[in-house]
Amino acid sequence: MTSATREKELKPRVEITQISGTEIEVNMGPHHPSTHGVIRFILFIDGEIVVRAVPDVGYLHRSIEKIAESMPYSFFMPYTDRVDYVAAINCNLGYALAIEAMGGLEVPERATWLRMIGVELNRIMSHLVGVGALPLDLGAFTPFVHALREREHMMDLLEILTGTRMNNNYIRFGGVCQDVDDEFLKKLEKYLDHFVLFLEEYDRLIGTNKIFIERLKNVGIVSGEKALSYSFSGPNLRASGIGLDLRKVDPYCFYNDMKFDVPVGKGIKGTVGDSFDRYIVRIEEMAECEKILRQILSKIKEGPIQSKVPKKLVLPAGEAYHHTESARGELGYHIISDGKSASPYRIKIRTGSFASMTSLAEIFKGMMVADVIAYFASLDIVAPEVDR
Amino acid sequence: MTQFIYMFIFAVIYLLSIAVAAGFLTVVERRIAGRMQSRIGPNRVGPQGIVQWIADAVKALQKEDIIPTDAHSFLFKIAPYLVFMGVFLTLVPIPFGAYTLMENLDTGIFYVLAMASFVVIGVMMGGWASNNKWSLLGGMRSAAQMISYEVPAALAVFVVVVMAGTLNFQKIVFSQGASPVDWYVFRNPFAFIAFNIFFIAALAEGNRVPFDIPEAESELVSGYNTEYSGMRFLFFFLAEWGNLVVIGALVSTLFFGGWNFWFEYTLEFSVPGRYPIRFEVLGFLWFLFKVSIFVFIIIWIRWTLPRLRIDQLMDICWKYMVPIGLFASIGILLWMYFVPEKSLADTIMRYSMTSFGGLTILYFFYRVFQNLRVTKAKIYANPFV
Amino acid sequence: MFHSFGPILMQLVLAIGFAGAIVALTAIIGPKKINPVKMDSYECGVDPFADARGAFHVKFFLVAVLFILFDVEAIFVIPWAGSFLAFKKAGLGLFIYLEMAFFMAILLAGYYYILKKGALKWE
Repeated sequence: MTSATREKELKPRVEITQISGTEIEVNMGPHHPSTHGVIRFILFIDGEIVVRAVPDVGYLHRSIEKIAESMPYSFFMPYTDRVDYVAAINCNLGYALAIEAMGGLEVPERATWLRMIGVELNRIMSHLVGVGALPLDLGAFTPFVHALREREHMMDLLEILTGTRMNNNYIRFGGVCQDVDDEFLKKLEKYLDHFVLFLEEYDRLIGTNKIFIERLKNVGIVSGEKALSYSFSGPNLRASGIGLDLRKVDPYCFYNDMKFDVPVGKGIKGTVGDSFDRYIVRIEEMAECEKILRQILSKIKEGPIQSKVPKKLVLPAGEAYHHTESARGELGYHIISDGKSASPYRIKIRTGSFASMTSLAEIFKGMMVADVIAYFASLDIVAPEVDR
Repeated sequence: MTQFIYMFIFAVIYLLSIAVAAGFLTVVERRIAGRMQSRIGPNRVGPQGIVQWIADAVKALQKEDIIPTDAHSFLFKIAPYLVFMGVFLTLVPIPFGAYTLMENLDTGIFYVLAMASFVVIGVMMGGWASNNKWSLLGGMRSAAQMISYEVPAALAVFVVVVMAGTLNFQKIVFSQGASPVDWYVFRNPFAFIAFNIFFIAALAEGNRVPFDIPEAESELVSGYNTEYSGMRFLFFFLAEWGNLVVIGALVSTLFFGGWNFWFEYTLEFSVPGRYPIRFEVLGFLWFLFKVSIFVFIIIWIRWTLPRLRIDQLMDICWKYMVPIGLFASIGILLWMYFVPEKSLADTIMRYSMTSFGGLTILYFFYRVFQNLRVTKAKIYANPFV
Repeated sequence: MFHSFGPILMQLVLAIGFAGAIVALTAIIGPKKINPVKMDSYECGVDPFADARGAFHVKFFLVAVLFILFDVEAIFVIPWAGSFLAFKKAGLGLFIYLEMAFFMAILLAGYYYILKKGALKWE
């Protein structure tokens, strides 16, 4: 690579203004230990205080939405895994539900139950990464490993359910790709017994730690109003005190029949909507997921797992938007079909992480450098979901 | 001349044993961390991985010595030496046994306080010379932190000096005794406060979690040593682990009776040209045991706690520890003035403080077992997996 | 003098010699493949921009000044503490004690002043 092309490629895409006084300009990311992938901010700091912050996204852009236009609908399913690899089945489900709604496809009962098992397990896994990476970014390494250890057990379960540990590609239009036997359900139930204890232990280990609380409380306060104006969704919105959960508000699958609470941030250690609330909401949500999984286990019945779906799926002309509650907020698929070809005319994916990114520039202002990390980690942003 | 040769031999032995101890501690720390994180840790190189550090050193030795073009070459090069030197020279006046010490300095405590500052200079020099914003921020933070915490540390040492009436480490050890009631930490409440302040301040000066903000890897990439690689990086590294020994040794010497043991067993080697070399085994081992307990506690803290923010860190130092340190130093003066040694009040206080300390430890274990019962967790006691 | 500090000097020379020898060794056996990108300073994956050695916030300097005040005072009181017991034995305990109480009072007044002045606030 010649130095000229290199310069062109590596040139910051954000206009950098001249600064004066004691401000220094630091570049955080894309290769920085705590930017969770390749997200970049440019911080103007004065001593330890951030005067101005410019978030920069796009380092992980793989043009997934454009790729969708060049292939049949069903071929796009593996790509949805990569939208949010931490909660892959959630992304599968959103896409499948959107297509099924548009094409009027039937889904057998057992397949829906299996989908819900996959989704809820995956949601717990994703939250474990979230609450594990938070103390990691605050400097405590051990909780992260503990969280990942439990995630590992769940991956084993998912492997039985879907055949793979990550990027599961589990859900098909009108069903799921494979069935499970009763042994898996027993294993899952046994694991849930263990998980309740783990969750309690973890919360007592981390959530009662004085330093952890001091680092998170009253840091990065996002009021309910602000959260809505940033179009937050999912746990981040609920932490701001607004109990909006699409599983409750606009139920899909069998979430109608499930009894579960929607945890909201109450500001137990500081203000409603601070970083600690975002942590505690995720912990409580994992407990709710566990409740849902138990209900699923008591209700799941034998039956077919795949309905009849035409080999060459051509959706009727028109457009549809279908949203589901993913681990990082509202995951919406907006699909436009021209009615003629077997591939979509356009797909737009709405993700929770991208909405969370919009708050950064404003919230970072006036924060200390360490708080920047704490706030960013508490949002539980996953880079591929931001860029897609 | 023979004197000089012996001095040289001792110095070499001393240097090597500390370097080996620091290297060995890296493995120990990784093993302990592994156990805390439900994994094994390094166990491949040698039995139980105990020579892993040699492999690491050999690997680092083969690395390229990179000095960034933007860096200030001279300062960048000498910074690791200063840090290494600071930690290494601190250990010189600390007695490891009745006869096992490098030099019995009458100004021992002053000397240690002075040498500890070398580390600050080295760290800041490295941070500034790197010409990297993260390094600079790390250097600045570390300077602010380390010098701030020297104040409470000095105040805590003051308490001990009042009690001992000397700055000489060996004399401080002599004025304590083997049994816990004779340790300074349990003599009176002010000394106990001083111990707590000193231990926390020593953690902060050694850049250990929860005070590791100068190298905060999630914030500042790697802080002041971001640009360092290979052997130069290893010296920062070695200094950090050497510092563990320093902290453990200082705390044991100042507050926990040093090498005092109930019995003694002395080996004597006669050598030409010099009076015989004596080595007191039991006290030495007892001291090493105390040091390793403190080193373990420091490692344990490191793998348990998150790190503080800089303003919280400064608040803890200036708004809590300095006033409490001043309180303890005024209190100890009153105590020493009004309560003569071996009086009834002194004896009662010693025994009650000792039982208080013992009860604290018992309460700790009670909590541990209670937590284990609640979470139905199992203990895997065997450390050699 | 040499009797007391000689070993320290020896240690000093040895420590630097040891470190220097090892760095020299790594310079000899280590690879030397220099290219401009490798020699850049780390800027989180983009080209380094702007010099890092600019003006820095005065806060850190303030802490350093406070440190000098307090540490010099702490260093001053430690030798005093060393001879406290000796003076007490000689019957001069009250005198030396009041001297130090006076000194401590000044120290505390200074501490109170900087606390009220807000020198320790990180805003």
